[in-house]
Amino acid sequence: MTSGRVGHEVHGQPNWIDEALREHTEHEPDPAGPGDRRQLPLADREQQVLDRIDRARRRRPRVREERITMSHGAGGKATHTLIEAIFLDAFRNPLLEPLEDAAQLRVDGSRLALTTDSYVVSPLFFPGGDIGDLAVNGTVNDLSVAGATPLYLSAGFILEEGFPVADLNRIAESMRDAAAAAGVHIVTGDTKVVQKGKADGCYINTAGVGHVERDVNLGVARAQPGDAIIVSGPIGDHGITIMLARGELDIEADITSDTAPLNGLVADLLDAVPMVRAMRDATRGGVATILNEIAKAANLGVLVSEDEIPVRAEVRGASELLGIDPMYVACEGRLVAVVPGGDADRAVAALRAHPLGEQAAIIGHVREEQPGIVQLKTAFGGTRIVDLLVGDPLPRIC
Amino acid sequence: MRYVDEFRDADKAHALAAKIAALCEPGRQYKLMEVCGGHTHTIYKHGLEDYLPESITLVHGPGCPVCVIPMGRVDDAIHLASQPDVIMTSFGDMMRVPGSGGSFFDANAEGTNIRMVYSPLDSLKIARQNPDKRVVFMAIGFETTAPSTAMTMLRAATEGLKNFSVFCNHVTIIPAIKAILDSPDLRLDGFIGPGHVSTVIGCRPYEFIARDYGKPVVVAGFEPLDILQSIYMLMVQLSQGRSEVENQYSRVVPWDGNPVALKAIGETMELRPYFEWRGLGFISHSALQVHQKYAAMDAERLFQVPGVRVADPKACQCGEVLKGVLKPWECKVFGTACTPETPIGTCMVSPEGACAAYYNFGRMNRNRVAEAARS
Repeated sequence: MTSGRVGHEVHGQPNWIDEALREHTEHEPDPAGPGDRRQLPLADREQQVLDRIDRARRRRPRVREERITMSHGAGGKATHTLIEAIFLDAFRNPLLEPLEDAAQLRVDGSRLALTTDSYVVSPLFFPGGDIGDLAVNGTVNDLSVAGATPLYLSAGFILEEGFPVADLNRIAESMRDAAAAAGVHIVTGDTKVVQKGKADGCYINTAGVGHVERDVNLGVARAQPGDAIIVSGPIGDHGITIMLARGELDIEADITSDTAPLNGLVADLLDAVPMVRAMRDATRGGVATILNEIAKAANLGVLVSEDEIPVRAEVRGASELLGIDPMYVACEGRLVAVVPGGDADRAVAALRAHPLGEQAAIIGHVREEQPGIVQLKTAFGGTRIVDLLVGDPLPRIC
Repeated sequence: MRYVDEFRDADKAHALAAKIAALCEPGRQYKLMEVCGGHTHTIYKHGLEDYLPESITLVHGPGCPVCVIPMGRVDDAIHLASQPDVIMTSFGDMMRVPGSGGSFFDANAEGTNIRMVYSPLDSLKIARQNPDKRVVFMAIGFETTAPSTAMTMLRAATEGLKNFSVFCNHVTIIPAIKAILDSPDLRLDGFIGPGHVSTVIGCRPYEFIARDYGKPVVVAGFEPLDILQSIYMLMVQLSQGRSEVENQYSRVVPWDGNPVALKAIGETMELRPYFEWRGLGFISHSALQVHQKYAAMDAERLFQVPGVRVADPKACQCGEVLKGVLKPWECKVFGTACTPETPIGTCMVSPEGACAAYYNFGRMNRNRVAEAARS
C-alpha cells in the first residue's frame, strides 16, 4: 500500500512479522494454494484451518519477546510459554517435567512433595486476608492438592526500605495464625531489604515440604473419558476482592477473599474417593486455566456447563461490569478435582460435608471428542470453547 | 442475577430461534452484519450461532475501536510515551496492540510509563498526583467513548490542569458503514446496528442505509437475547420486503441520541479531513481531532508526532475481515502466524475483534458440534 500523503514516512513490514510468517510457511507449506482450497466445501476448509491451528499449538513454544512483559506473569499462555521454553528447557528432569503444583520426591523410601511460591499481591491487606496468610495457604494448598500432608514451610522476605515495621508485624502474626490453622511450622527463612523504589513494600516467598502418606497417584495427565470435573466452591472470590480492594474502580461489593488452607478438605475427599485422578488449586488463571491443563495433559476433551459452575452473585456482577470472565479469576481456597465418573457423587458429598466445600459441584466431564479443547455449554444454550488467556486483566493478584 | 439473566434465557432463545427459522425462505441465503465488535463478542461468548439456521450468516463488521487503529498510530503513541516526563494512559484493550516495534507492554518493558485506566477521568487523577509529569491520554473509540474523553477535557479545562493532554484517535461509525456499503465485493441483507454508539448518536444517522441502499437496520442491545431478537426483527423486515431503521435497544437508545454527549463532543473535538483506518485505508471525515479551542490539550500539537505510516503486512487480511468479506479463519495467517499471543493484525488483539473472538471462543467446527449434539 502506498500513501500519497506528504511528510509521512512509510515503513516496510517490521522484522517480527517477517519472522512469524517465515516460521508459519516453514511448518505449513501450502502446495495446493488458496485457489484450489476454495473449491472445497466451507466446513472442510474450516476443519483444515482448525487442524493447522492444532498443529501450530503443539509446536514447541518459544519466547518471542526481547524483554519480560506483564503477560509473562499472568498465569496464562505467556506464562506457560516462558516456563516451558526457558525454565523447563534449562532445568529439565523427570521430577520437574510433569509441571504439577508440587514435585514428588522419594527419600529413603518416603514420598515427599516439595513446592515453592512467591507472593507480590497488591494491596498487602485486603478483605478476608493479607499477603501473610496468602503466602502460607498458597503453599499449603500446592502440597495438599499433590496428595501430601503439609509439614514444614520456609519464608523469605524481600522488604522495601521504609516499609512500616507495624505492617510487617501484622503480616508475621497472620502467617503464624495461618500456619497454626493448617498445622504446619515455619522452620527457616531469609530476609533481604532493597532500596526505596526497588520493590513495592513487601514480597514473600514460601517453600513447603509435605509427606505423601497415601498411596495416591495424582496428575492431570491421568484424566480418562467419562471422568467428572468438580470444583469445591464458588469461584473468583479472591481475584475480584483484590481488584475492588485497589479502590481504582469505585465499585463496592460485600465480598472477601476465599484464602484458606485446603489440607483438611483434601484429606476428606481422598478418604471418600481414594481414586481421585487429579487435583489443582485454582489460583492465577482461574478454573479455566486448570481445565485447559487437564485437556492438554490428558490429550482429551473437556465439556463443562456454565449453569453448573458456582459463582457468587457479587462476583458475577463485578465481572460483568469489568468485562471479565469469572472462569479466569483467581481463587485462593478452591480446588478442581478430576474423579472417575462413578465416584463423582461420593466426592461431592465428601466435599460438601466440609465447611470449605459446602457449595462443591460437578461442573463437567472429560470426553474423547476434541482432544486438547475445553468446551463450554453456555447458560444461554450455545457452545463455545474456553481457551487459555494470553495475559490477565488482573496483575499481582497473589 | 437481575437485568442480566432475563436476557440470557435459553427457553426464550429457543422460541425466538424457531420464529427466525420459520421466516427463512427456502433456498435463500441471508448475510447480516453486526457492525459492532461488542456484538461479535456476545455472539461468540454465548455461542449464539448455535441458534441460527445454516442459511443465516453473521458477518462481523468494523466496529471494534482497537481493530481499526493502524500500526503507525501505535508507533506514534509509543513515540509520545517515550518523551521526557510523559505518563501515557490507555484503555487495557490497547496495551497489547502491536506497533511496528512492539506493543505498549513491550514499550513499558523498555522503560515507558504507559498505564491502564478504566476511565479517562482516571488520567486526571494521575495528572493531579504528578504535577511534574505530562499525562497524555491515548483516546480511542467510536462515538461511544468520545463523550467520556470530551467530558474529561472539559473537567481538565475547568480545573485548569496544565499537564494533561489527549492523543485523539476517535473515529466515527457512519463513514465506515458507508465504505462497506460502497464496497463492491460484499453483498449484505441487513445490519444489526451498534447499540452503544447509538446511545450517543441515536438512530436517525442510519436512515440513509434503509433509504438509499435498501437495507434494513435494527439497533441492538448487547445481551444474547437482544441480538437474537434483532435478527428476528431483521428477518421480519426482509420477509415483508421492508427496509427501515428499527430500535430493539429502546430501553437505552433514544431515537435522537444524547444531545448532552453530542454537545460535549462538538465543543471539544472537530472532524479530521481524513484518517487512516487499519485495513480500510484513508476515509475522509471519519475521525475526530482535538478542537482548535483546546489546542493546549492536544498532544499532536504539544509534541512532535512523527506521523509514522506503516504499511499493513501483506499477509494480513484484516481489511477483508473488517469488511466482512472474509471469515476470520479464512485469513491466510489466522491462528498460525497470527495468534492472540503474537497478533499480527489488530482483529486478533481486542476481545471485540472478530479474529480474537473466533480464536478464543469459536475455534470449533460447528457442523461437527451439531453432529455430536444429534448423536
